[in-house]
Amino acid sequence: MTVPSEFGVREADLVELVVPNDLRSVRRSEARIINELARCKYGADVTFAIKLALEEALTNAVKHGNDNDASKRLVVRYSITPRRTVIMVRDEGHGFTPNRVPDPTSDENLERPSGRGIMLMQAYMTRVHFNEAGNEVWLLKENREERPAWTG
Amino acid sequence: MEQPSSHLRIKRAEDVSVVEFADRKILEELAIQEIGEELHQVVDCEPSIKLLLNFKNVDHLSSAALGMLIRLNKKVKEQNGDLKLSDINRQIFEVFKITRLNRVFDIHDTADEALARFQA
Repeated sequence: MTVPSEFGVREADLVELVVPNDLRSVRRSEARIINELARCKYGADVTFAIKLALEEALTNAVKHGNDNDASKRLVVRYSITPRRTVIMVRDEGHGFTPNRVPDPTSDENLERPSGRGIMLMQAYMTRVHFNEAGNEVWLLKENREERPAWTG
Repeated sequence: MEQPSSHLRIKRAEDVSVVEFADRKILEELAIQEIGEELHQVVDCEPSIKLLLNFKNVDHLSSAALGMLIRLNKKVKEQNGDLKLSDINRQIFEVFKITRLNRVFDIHDTADEALARFQA
């Protein structure tokens, strides 16, 4: 669970939460992070981007990583400063291969009801890093104006 | 004729069913499922439905909500109905553009514009 070096944050700066794998607990951890963004006076667009990416990361971890199993747990680590936000979500699953997820914006996948979570994280965050197993994702968002972008 | 429900407010504008969302954030999995079920029931009751989803109260949504909308769109089309979306704010519209779903859905700036576009 080492923070990627290019994320510009030290291990010691990360707050860690161990979250039961249920919606209420997950919402509480989200609210804590969102409140911290407000305290650091993040603007509306950056806050929107982080909320979206965080929601996608947590949903993937709860549903896919932890199989909706209420006996499992997530680990969430985060650092929020006025300059940047770093969030990590780790589940107890065996992981997956992020680059094997089909591009949801291609014509053949466009009307599939699922498969957009990772793409939205990557479009809205400054950087996204998965560990090798794929059961841990790191999100970095610099607190500056960045248009979301996806090149497929 | 307004029908109360936990997540939706449904009104009638001539032959168009106009739906507004009671939740500002269409995020939570369970709420999305319930919204989806309610909307499917509305469509079941009126096969060639003209349905307008007004997003004026919505300031956040997730990919699961997009999935719900895609399923709904498919069902309405299969039943030769017409689904339009309106009043999507700039941030949410950006999500539709990034996912290219702005090409899948019939999106209008305002409810009045959308209502004018439903075929008689």
